[in-house]
Amino acid sequence: MKHNYKKITIISGEYGSGKTNLALNMITDIRKSGKTAAIIDLDIVNPYFRTADYTEELSAAGIDVIQPDFACSNLDIPVLNFDVERIINTHDHTVIDVGGSDAGAFALGRYKKVFEKLAGEYDLLYVFNMYRSVEASPRQTAELLCEIEKACSLKCTGLVNNSNLGSETTPGIIDASSDFAEKISELSGLPIVFRCVSENMTPETGDFPVCRKVKTIWE
Amino acid sequence: MNRVLMKGNEALAEAAIRAGCKCFFAYPITPQTEIAAYLAKNMKTRDITFLQAESEIGAINMVLGASSTGVRTMTSSSSPGISLKTEGISYIAGSDLPCVIVNVQRAGPGLGGIQPSQSDYLQATKAIGHGDFQVLVYAPSSVQETVDMTFRAFEEADRYRMPAMILTDGFLGQMMEPVTFPEISPEKFEKPWACTGHRNERSCNLVNSLYLKPDELEQSLIKRAEKYETIKKECTDAEIYKCDDAELVIVAYGATSRVAKSAVNQAREKGIKVGLFRPKTLWPFPEKELNEACKSAKKVLDVEMSMGQMKDDIRLALNCRIPVEFFGRTGGNIPSPAEVLNMITKISEGSL
Repeated sequence: MKHNYKKITIISGEYGSGKTNLALNMITDIRKSGKTAAIIDLDIVNPYFRTADYTEELSAAGIDVIQPDFACSNLDIPVLNFDVERIINTHDHTVIDVGGSDAGAFALGRYKKVFEKLAGEYDLLYVFNMYRSVEASPRQTAELLCEIEKACSLKCTGLVNNSNLGSETTPGIIDASSDFAEKISELSGLPIVFRCVSENMTPETGDFPVCRKVKTIWE
Repeated sequence: MNRVLMKGNEALAEAAIRAGCKCFFAYPITPQTEIAAYLAKNMKTRDITFLQAESEIGAINMVLGASSTGVRTMTSSSSPGISLKTEGISYIAGSDLPCVIVNVQRAGPGLGGIQPSQSDYLQATKAIGHGDFQVLVYAPSSVQETVDMTFRAFEEADRYRMPAMILTDGFLGQMMEPVTFPEISPEKFEKPWACTGHRNERSCNLVNSLYLKPDELEQSLIKRAEKYETIKKECTDAEIYKCDDAELVIVAYGATSRVAKSAVNQAREKGIKVGLFRPKTLWPFPEKELNEACKSAKKVLDVEMSMGQMKDDIRLALNCRIPVEFFGRTGGNIPSPAEVLNMITKISEGSL
């Protein structure tokens, strides 16, 4: 496996930081190793570009996909009607893809008590991409992290540096983010758990190779 | 500014600030949410005011008011919300006021759905309100072009004293692409008609769309129609892609044109002589450019996320010289490159 996964991996971050792409890569990686795997789409904020769009592909790979009843439909109703605890207990690993920013993280707060019982068994990762303009400075990024922690009433356990420019990503683009990443780590007091690199690049120690799964229909 | 990764909606909002938009009025609706969210976040530190109106009707009338004072102003919504704004748009056009209106299209009619669509083409280009008037309609096909066209919309709206619309869709609004914000210095337009307070130094300005005398109203309409003729000559814009030897020309705009381009490239690899014509302005429709693109065409294929709303404009522009086929997906679905390629193959084999 590309990473030493805890029983539960929760992925949070700003809109467009690459949460869903990372979640899809992680769960696919876990399943490939033969473990039972579930992915929960906890996004009740944005109806576009979400984990639930990939249900068919994931199900075919033997991954259980849990999503709000009305995901991928035309209903804008934020309903979470599944038992997170039961899902976690019936799978070796669970990945939870949380909605963007503090607005999306509110939904996670509903399960605060579940996760308090599971302390030590989960990672709550904060994903950032320095090329997203909304995260123009390390300070702003660290502030967004605080907003997310407040919204979900849980503390993040680590950072993921997912700095990229979509289809224009090169090794140089990724390398240029190391100072930015270090500063966020310093400001937040959290470790950089790993850095995402494109699959076709040579990973350095501690890098997590990702394939671009979330993309436009014409690519 | 460096290259950054942005959603279409965020990039549009940023472009509006940089274009000197001072007042933004809107009412929430999916899938245009990020425009208002971005401006709400930025108004604390940047020179723009965002006021969330009590309704779409409220928002468009606030645009009318702000524009009357001569400032650059914008509103954004998505299809059903635009329908609510149409009365106000007519008043703005009737008052010869500039503004920018953004429609991040979703599927209709009625409440329809929240997924992308291009089914407001006829509304935008033919009848976005009662009375004899037009609005400038720009159709971006990438996040970068969304930025560039937002700048352009503000400039042209001021130049011609009329509303300009960015007609985008849920997919373009939500997708992310790398973008660069060009250094721009917005042109300064004198607005002697603006209601800025006469201070007893000039006569009173009045912004109004009511005419008491039919002859005066008729004269204003004639004058406006003359302006529209100038715009038709000066403002058309289109992209012509691989059309030189094309026997089949696909016409598509916005997100759909990206799908079509991908299908054209695949068909070219198979040796099929096909090209793409992409209108960047929907009103005025690029008629001259289309005829140029279709010089060797035997057939035209219109691809849209609607039931074929642009087809008549294509036929009229070509004076019905070339048969026009249609392929579309709608209801929130996006045509796939494979589906378009399938149509291209069928047409080139003569089975359609």
